[in-house]
Amino acid sequence: MIYLELFWTFFCIGAMTFGGGYAMLPLIQSEVAARWGDFIPAEMMIDFVAVSESTPGPFAVNMATYVGSEMGGIFGSFCATMGVVLPSFIIILIVAKCYDRFRQSKLVKGCMSGLKPAVVGLIGNAVLTVFMTVFFSAGLTLSVFTTASFYVFAGVFVLMLLLAFKKVHPIIIICLSAAIGIAVGYLGI
Amino acid sequence: MPMKNQLKTLWELFITFFKIGGFTFGGGYAMIPLIQAEAVDNKKWITEDDILEIVAIAESTPGPVAINSATFVGYRTCGVLGAVCATLGVVLPSFVIILLISFVLREFQQIKAVQYAFNGIRAGVLALLCKALWNMYKKSPKGWVGYSVMAGSFILAAFVKVNIFLVIIGCAVFGLVSSLVMERRLAK
Repeated sequence: MIYLELFWTFFCIGAMTFGGGYAMLPLIQSEVAARWGDFIPAEMMIDFVAVSESTPGPFAVNMATYVGSEMGGIFGSFCATMGVVLPSFIIILIVAKCYDRFRQSKLVKGCMSGLKPAVVGLIGNAVLTVFMTVFFSAGLTLSVFTTASFYVFAGVFVLMLLLAFKKVHPIIIICLSAAIGIAVGYLGI
Repeated sequence: MPMKNQLKTLWELFITFFKIGGFTFGGGYAMIPLIQAEAVDNKKWITEDDILEIVAIAESTPGPVAINSATFVGYRTCGVLGAVCATLGVVLPSFVIILLISFVLREFQQIKAVQYAFNGIRAGVLALLCKALWNMYKKSPKGWVGYSVMAGSFILAAFVKVNIFLVIIGCAVFGLVSSLVMERRLAK
């Protein structure tokens, strides 16, 4: 049953992600690929990230709603969003009563000292996956380097990376890349 | 609190967090200044110190920062019902917007211009993710535990293909054990 699966998958993702924003991406990426990879290819996941970045609201809720809608329509997105929200809702209600003890706890501090760097390593892997999807979707072959589009999109990537480090707003970066993509497409490169 | 006042506060919690959810891009930490302006300065639901606590708690509990903070402020102001109203409020705008976009995109997916646009967008998203990775790296604790967990989790996920959930649990246990060991050494 897809609705239960959506709810449970996103419940686990919500319960196991520490740190905001992209910390959730590695889990969403791997779970979606393992469970619904036939319907949501890797390219589509990247498109979801772009949409989540250019719309208001928390990244996690945006991603859950999107995947849920793709797999199970309106009710599917409701189940996925409920799933991703519920764990932190419950945990905060518990922690809010005794947050001083919770924050000073050696157990929590110890676990966090491993979790924070883990998020960096896991996002590193998520970025690598996106890199392979963008540039080597047909596999790691040398023939990729003979296509013009490879160099065009490598150029877009480098340019946008420079802009991102110049603190240009993500929405502007996405719009610019879209414009270049359209221009390149119609020029037939 | 009298019944009527409580209903009013619940409604205000919902509306305030609805606005916050509808107007912050990038989610999570981008929301904190808005929560501060509304919940501390404007409505006086919580204090300046509470905001710092929210950030600290959001960082050490699982789940999206936006949900953590909305639940916390709602609970502090009006109990469990307050938490429900604030959380619903912060989630609803993105839920509705994304739902609409997902239907629209499905209709337009076949159009050539949309496909071309996404070809470019994917390269742009890769750049944004690299920037996010760099930001996360800067914030993460360094030292031998930090670096070995970073390298270890990356290798386990990318090349050994270990399930990500297991990697996360393993890293938490490793962090806990290493901090206990270091503490014992300091005590000696």
